[in-house]
Amino acid sequence: MRIKRSVAVSENGFVFDSSTGDSFNLNGIGREIVELMKNGLEQSDITQKIIERYEVEPAIFEQNLMDFQSMLRQFNLLEE
Amino acid sequence: MAKLAYERPIINRISAGIPDKFGMQSRIRPIPQIEGLSVEELMKKYGSPLFVLSEKTIRDTYRSALKAFETRYPSVQFAWSYKTNYLDSVCRIFHQEGSWAEVVSRFEYEKALSNGVPGNQIIFNGPHKTRDDLEVAIENDSLIHIDHFDELYTLLEIAGKSATKPKVAIRVNMDTGIYPRWERFGFNYENGEAWDALNRIMLSGKLDLVGLHTHIGTYILAPSAYGMAANKLAQLAINLARKYNHHVQYIDMGGGFASKNTLKGAYLPGTDTCPTFDEYADAITSALINSEIEPDHMPTLFLETGRALIDDAGYLLGTVIANKRLPDGRRATVVDAGVNLLFTSFWYDHQVVPAVISSQHTENTTIYGPLCMNIDILRDAVMFPLLRPGERIVIPRVGAYNMTQWLQFITYRPNIVLIDTEQRVHVIREQENQNTFQTSERIPQYLK
Ligand SMILES: Cc1ncc(COP(=O)(O)O)c(C=O)c1O
Repeated sequence: MRIKRSVAVSENGFVFDSSTGDSFNLNGIGREIVELMKNGLEQSDITQKIIERYEVEPAIFEQNLMDFQSMLRQFNLLEE
Repeated sequence: MAKLAYERPIINRISAGIPDKFGMQSRIRPIPQIEGLSVEELMKKYGSPLFVLSEKTIRDTYRSALKAFETRYPSVQFAWSYKTNYLDSVCRIFHQEGSWAEVVSRFEYEKALSNGVPGNQIIFNGPHKTRDDLEVAIENDSLIHIDHFDELYTLLEIAGKSATKPKVAIRVNMDTGIYPRWERFGFNYENGEAWDALNRIMLSGKLDLVGLHTHIGTYILAPSAYGMAANKLAQLAINLARKYNHHVQYIDMGGGFASKNTLKGAYLPGTDTCPTFDEYADAITSALINSEIEPDHMPTLFLETGRALIDDAGYLLGTVIANKRLPDGRRATVVDAGVNLLFTSFWYDHQVVPAVISSQHTENTTIYGPLCMNIDILRDAVMFPLLRPGERIVIPRVGAYNMTQWLQFITYRPNIVLIDTEQRVHVIREQENQNTFQTSERIPQYLK
């Protein structure tokens, strides 16, 4: 699962997709995940990184991650 | 190293040029407590879903409404609109405050009597009163508001044989410049039907014409409509005084004041558009005071205000069952209270808020009830934070019409509790159970 190359993310979580002109807002952790995805990390690595840093059960995070990524797909931000 | 506080990842689309309907992103304000009592504790003790009523809010609201009218007009009498909420405890609070009863059926009439309301303080409205209903109302000296000529003829017939002269008023419908016009109840003003009915009553000599009544509609946002209605009733009173030297004792302006809930499709929230009691009172009392009714014969002003007196006092509490993602990407949250309990969700965009929140991050969410029905939508398209299963939601302003129009459908109806003015909690209607239904069902022998 990869973020499209046309998608730029600013430091404060502003997202712009130059291929569609759409823009979005990420919260802090959302921005971290998108960065990790842009760097090519797989699901398990992303989960590992996040649960190391944040107070969250892995199972809960995995659910949230799945949901988050389904929104990225919904918003057409992922490579086909 | 201590770990950071977690918040689930969120992405929201920014729609430039389409501001939020209310011009700004409203912050979610959770409701953790009602009258100082924790929502969580209330539900642990009394179950979920749960209706909660605040006695303090009922009394405060009633008193502010009464004050708005009494400071402007010499004689004011409220009559509690039973259909709006006829839980006995609620009715008794209004009666304690001085309200009479306004009923529209035998069921409500009997409830009022059993709540200790004297017969001559019960207003009997409505298009359906049986002959027997009318006889009982006459016997009890109640105020019968005539809805149509057939009822008038029945009354005349009964009055011919009865020892007591029935006390009556007519219900008048009229154009007050608002839409929809409620014209199916009572006698029309503009086409002369109301005047015709009054003449028949006066000429019969058999009925004691004590009042004039109108109920121009419900959730009326324009106080001026009441001014116009009061004007027209005053005109009828003046005509009666001129022609018959008869002075009506009261003018009843019915109900219909808006509450602070937001109507579906409204552009602005109800909290911004709802007129104050003072504005309604000003419109009505100015029309009466400035009319040509003689000062010695100013009628008592009756009001049958319903929703505006009770909506704010009621809360529906519920629990999140699940979250899902709809095919179009919207979030759906399923809760255990549905349209079966919240009938008014068909008219209102009810405010739905969490009892507690851990984050201000919200997402466009549809809130569904638990029924296996497509129409079971408590709230469409609301910005809502993600709550986990088991977390609590609060729907404020549900005191009017829900605890009477709710449906027993698929699930049992839940407890209703009243928080009294000393923060004690009383169950005022018990949760239903199998027994509730078994007592009224009968199984034929061959199916046993
Ligand atoms: C005759 C009459 N009076 C009073 C009311 C109470 O109206 P509201 O709740 O709009 O104040 C109603 C409601 O339909 C009514 O029909």
